[in-house]
Amino acid sequence: MAALKDIKRKVSAVQKTKQITRAMNMVAASKFKNALHRMENFRPYAGKFLDVINSLALRVEPGVHPLLTVRDGGKITAICMTSDRGLCGGFNSNLIKYVERFIREKTREGKEVKLITVGRKGRDYFRRKAELKDEYVDVFGRFTMDLAGEIAAGVIDSFLAGDCDELYLINNQFLNVSVQKAALVRILPVPSLGTTEALDHDRTVEYLYEPSAPALLEQLLPRYVRVLIYRALLETSAGENGARMVAMDNATRNCEEMIQSLTLKYNKARQAAITAELMDIVGGTEALAKG
Amino acid sequence: MAQELMLDIVTPEKRVFEGQVDEVTVPGAEGQFGVLKGHTAFLSSVGIGELSFTQEGKKTFFAVNTGYAEVASGRVTILVETAERSDMIDTERARKAKERAEIRMAKSAREEELDYERMRLSLIRALTRLKVAEKS
Repeated sequence: MAALKDIKRKVSAVQKTKQITRAMNMVAASKFKNALHRMENFRPYAGKFLDVINSLALRVEPGVHPLLTVRDGGKITAICMTSDRGLCGGFNSNLIKYVERFIREKTREGKEVKLITVGRKGRDYFRRKAELKDEYVDVFGRFTMDLAGEIAAGVIDSFLAGDCDELYLINNQFLNVSVQKAALVRILPVPSLGTTEALDHDRTVEYLYEPSAPALLEQLLPRYVRVLIYRALLETSAGENGARMVAMDNATRNCEEMIQSLTLKYNKARQAAITAELMDIVGGTEALAKG
Repeated sequence: MAQELMLDIVTPEKRVFEGQVDEVTVPGAEGQFGVLKGHTAFLSSVGIGELSFTQEGKKTFFAVNTGYAEVASGRVTILVETAERSDMIDTERARKAKERAEIRMAKSAREEELDYERMRLSLIRALTRLKVAEKS
């Protein structure tokens, strides 16, 4: 009989877990919808922006701006973007693995890698394992372009001051709800932007600039860094909630399966107990009749 | 040669306006400029100010905040941090921002340059909003 009670207790425990995972799934779904919406709204801006900076970069001399200059130093800074909270499948661990591999490779090349972590999970993991230059924690609950501006201003200053020679951004690219892929982008020095074939014909016509092209570039480049970082923030936020949605959906389904198999076990055990009892009674009466 | 003039106003939050217009006036960083159809390719930074365009004889005003404008083959693209149509401006908020900026500017004039500059920009934004809001 003890086994019966145990099983019953287990079923109710799993049931409660299932309620929680289902609730988390629903919360993640609504957050995901918001994040996706923001990402879609930002897309035209980012697209147009990159178009313009591309066509501008084609027309100025490389090396005209310090942010475009390639330096030979070995100091690398990588912005590593994870979520603040867990329970979202392999979302963070995949990214962390990717970052570790990146650090290993660069260290082997004799370069020094420092990290700027955005998001609690990455900070917690790398706190003791790597050198952190800066950290941004608990930012994904509410963030605006200002956060991207803050991060961008920090890295641009350190680049110009010579504290870092290359700046990379590692974040999970959002492909769809269930697929996020860790990806690496070099932000600084700004990679050769202008590729003629990527531009359609009317972009190669001569422009008038106001103020001059270098002066415009001066204003646009910091904003370019900010746009890239903001886009990564949006993608991380959407990806995190998408991954959590899927993870929680799976968890809910597993709970259901477990409840089913436990219920089956419970019924079997109960039936066995009843049968055993009946046998006892039958055995008893037969013994009485004989006697 | 494109005979129409298309206008596109985009901010990081959303696409604010997209459509065919007759004429656009943009608050460029080096002074206001107007764009009509057939304008040559042109790229300019945009300051804080008042943007307006005419659509079927009706003039619409926007308060915009720093970014840039691109004109290419009959298409004007305005990329700015914020853009608010005159009748969507929160005048109450703008008035408060103006007061706050004025007070803090008076206080920090001697102290910190950076703060002063920030407040100055905030004041200009607030004043622009109030001015544009009056036109709705």
